[in-house]
Amino acid sequence: MSEAVAEPQGSAGVVHDWSRDKQVFGMPWGKAMMWFFLLSDTFIFSCFLVGYMKVRISTTDPWPNPSEVFGLTVFGQSVPLLLIAIMTFVLITSSGTMALAVNMGYRKDRKKTFWLMVATAALGATFVGMQAFEWTKLIMEGVRPWENPFGAAQFGASFFMITGFHGMHVSAGVIYLLVVAFRVRSGFYEKRGGKYEIVEIAGLYWHFVDLVWVFIFAFFYLW
Amino acid sequence: MAAEGQQHPLKIYWIMWGALFVLSAFSYATDFMDRGALRHFLILLFMFAKAGGIVWIFMHMGWERLALKIAILGPPVAIIVLIWLMAYEGLYVQDTRTEYYGESTFEPETPHH
Repeated sequence: MSEAVAEPQGSAGVVHDWSRDKQVFGMPWGKAMMWFFLLSDTFIFSCFLVGYMKVRISTTDPWPNPSEVFGLTVFGQSVPLLLIAIMTFVLITSSGTMALAVNMGYRKDRKKTFWLMVATAALGATFVGMQAFEWTKLIMEGVRPWENPFGAAQFGASFFMITGFHGMHVSAGVIYLLVVAFRVRSGFYEKRGGKYEIVEIAGLYWHFVDLVWVFIFAFFYLW
Repeated sequence: MAAEGQQHPLKIYWIMWGALFVLSAFSYATDFMDRGALRHFLILLFMFAKAGGIVWIFMHMGWERLALKIAILGPPVAIIVLIWLMAYEGLYVQDTRTEYYGESTFEPETPHH
């Protein structure tokens, strides 16, 4: 045991190093990898938000007031940020159903897990639908990535970039959740040892999407 | 615990869920305030409270081992440096623009719905 074992070199060494079966994090590798993916995604969204901060600080034109731009008129009364507030609550609701789905998954209650995940996906799809409505409305009012009638041109670029990238994450999440949900229902994971950590991994992604929205809501819509 | 996955009493999820609704309502309420230091402080306060709750309870980070906490929550601290650099740079660019191009002559339209 005390003698050092010669390690393979070259391509055999690559295989050796990557398969030496040592791990730091006591969790399924898929979960650790999801965490690392989310860490890298954190940097992407941070770069978008910091970029937005920078152009908003540096422009000399007035920044459009989000409460007015995203306001809706309901029964003749102008309510600021109404649609965005509803979208926020839709996403918060979906976060709760997802958390419960993860819990039910570990209890191996496949039926409840399935329905909670489908509910989460449905709320996510609702969110994307409302975002599509918001985009349509702004585009019809003349907001473009390079100009808009309400103030600094950088507003449009930041808006479409940030909400677009977030919306893409939500859309991908809806598909991801549905795939996992139907596999839970069909008993796919029963054949693989009956482990339901995949529900928690999908849940991590979903909560992260909600987390990013918290920051977008604060910095883009409220600030 | 980590090996068998994250299993916790349902009650904690219900509390967190409720708290997120309340905090979101508070967040939205800040939009009815005038822009200023208090409003910005409250926006950040509610934002970090919500973000913390989501990461700690819903993403189970509070129950994970310290090694993972450090690996995931440590690197984003570097973003603070980026924020500082870009804020500094942004103010400088705004100053030069005002000096060389003059004040903005943009006349914004009021959004109508």
